[in-house]
Amino acid sequence: MTSRAPRRSIRARRARSAAMVALTVVAALLATLPLVLILGLLLKQGASSLNWAFFTAMPKPVGETGGGMANALAGTLMLIAIASAIGLPVGIGAGMYLAEHRGGRLASVVRFLSDVLNGLPSIVVGIFAWQFLVRPVKHFSALAGGIALAAMMIPLVARATEEMIRLVPNSLREAALALGYPRWRTSLTVVLRTALPGIVTGALVAVARIAGETAPLLFTAFGNQFWSTSLTQPISALPLQIFSYAISPYEEWHSLAWAGALVLLALVLVISLIARYVTRSRFGHGHD
Amino acid sequence: MTTITAPLAPEAPPSDARPGAVAVENFSFWYGPKQALFDISLDLVPREVTALIGPSGCGKSTFLRSINRMHDLLPGTRSTGRILLDGEDVLDRSVDVVQLRQRIGMVFQRSNPFPRSIYDNVAWGPRLNRRPSRSALDEIVEQALRRAALWDEVKDRLRTSALGLSGGQQQRLCIARALANEPEVLLLDEPASALDPIATQRIEELLWELKKELTIVIVTHNLQQAGRVSDRTAFFYLGELIEHGPTDQLFTAPREERTEAYITGRFG
Repeated sequence: MTSRAPRRSIRARRARSAAMVALTVVAALLATLPLVLILGLLLKQGASSLNWAFFTAMPKPVGETGGGMANALAGTLMLIAIASAIGLPVGIGAGMYLAEHRGGRLASVVRFLSDVLNGLPSIVVGIFAWQFLVRPVKHFSALAGGIALAAMMIPLVARATEEMIRLVPNSLREAALALGYPRWRTSLTVVLRTALPGIVTGALVAVARIAGETAPLLFTAFGNQFWSTSLTQPISALPLQIFSYAISPYEEWHSLAWAGALVLLALVLVISLIARYVTRSRFGHGHD
Repeated sequence: MTTITAPLAPEAPPSDARPGAVAVENFSFWYGPKQALFDISLDLVPREVTALIGPSGCGKSTFLRSINRMHDLLPGTRSTGRILLDGEDVLDRSVDVVQLRQRIGMVFQRSNPFPRSIYDNVAWGPRLNRRPSRSALDEIVEQALRRAALWDEVKDRLRTSALGLSGGQQQRLCIARALANEPEVLLLDEPASALDPIATQRIEELLWELKKELTIVIVTHNLQQAGRVSDRTAFFYLGELIEHGPTDQLFTAPREERTEAYITGRFG
């Protein structure tokens, strides 16, 4: 064997390496480009219509200027609350089951089905919710919308919880068991608490994901031009309001739709930032 | 180095009241179809340190974990024979494994403090098992940390994260955590294998103090360590207990050829 490669081949190798690095940099920039463009466009189009009234005022009838989306904002928050109240306990519980019985047959069936549910087009979830929650009672409701969103949330939360619980070292489980902790209590106090920041992050990501969902709400929450906080009445939501305003023929409504889109994006951004912050303090636990 | 003080817990009962005698009779153990331990009979004497030595995979840890039934978690394990703690068979289905593990503390090879404060780590067991008042709990935590020779180093930072401690301190914290349950028996699975010599020495000195009140069983790969800390030594090989007896005797005049071969370093 010769002692070392000739100089030229090293230079060629370095050039190839540099080219590859450059390609990945370009790809990374392209990956963030859509978000930057969307944000720029929304700021340009929506910021001008964004004022205090947008958050506090109700929609005005066609032809009147001004008005806001207070009902849609409240509706979105309420739908998120309903979805979380159902989706988080079920999702976290299912995730705990998947993590603690990872080898079991039921676990692999549940894991597979939750992956399928996760990949299900959201419009299908909406139709399903309509069939079972709207048709029987013959009217749209906030509850049906919240449940449809919960169905989208559960697989996300369950898989995030499972991943986070798996990251908890087995030695911690053993430590608690060796101190005389029953198994259920070990799961709850040691495993779940250690995994909690990660689970919170997963939950927030799931909330951010459903906050902007439109399709599952089309035939469930339906939308509402008036103020409503009733579970059994149709309720407005930001994405629904944006949709109906954007396809309307009125200039005034178009700009309100832009503003609504900007607010929705800001909401998702804030939730994501909180999720990031929680992740960063994962092993801090308030001490130190 | 700070000197090691061994203040006996004032409320601790006299040592005679806590026998902690473990008698193992014809104990065999299987992981699924594979037999890991063959017909082990061994007495673990209160107020003595028993060292379990032998090459890797010879069943020392399996044996140790059988005593407080840590194998209950693993599917497919089974055993025959008896392990008597103060005359009661710990393997009996009627024995509450939760109570059993409070009487038999365990310290693992890698220190495994919970990612919480030092105080919370030590208070973990008592909080569940005895539900003491706040001041009583403070007392229990202090006593446990003193017995583990850690109090002076951590008394000003009890509320800081246990993960901020050094490796040796974390391992002593794990010992303190086990002691806070007031166990009769303390099982240690290679407690010093990941520690530097100074930290190892501190753990060994600690065992000398603790054995005044407890039955101590330690698994070790370090023969010098076994010689230093133990009163009795048991040599395991391929799942069998080859020989056991007073440490001096086993190291100077082993009866079995395999024991001699192992302690003189011919294999292992």
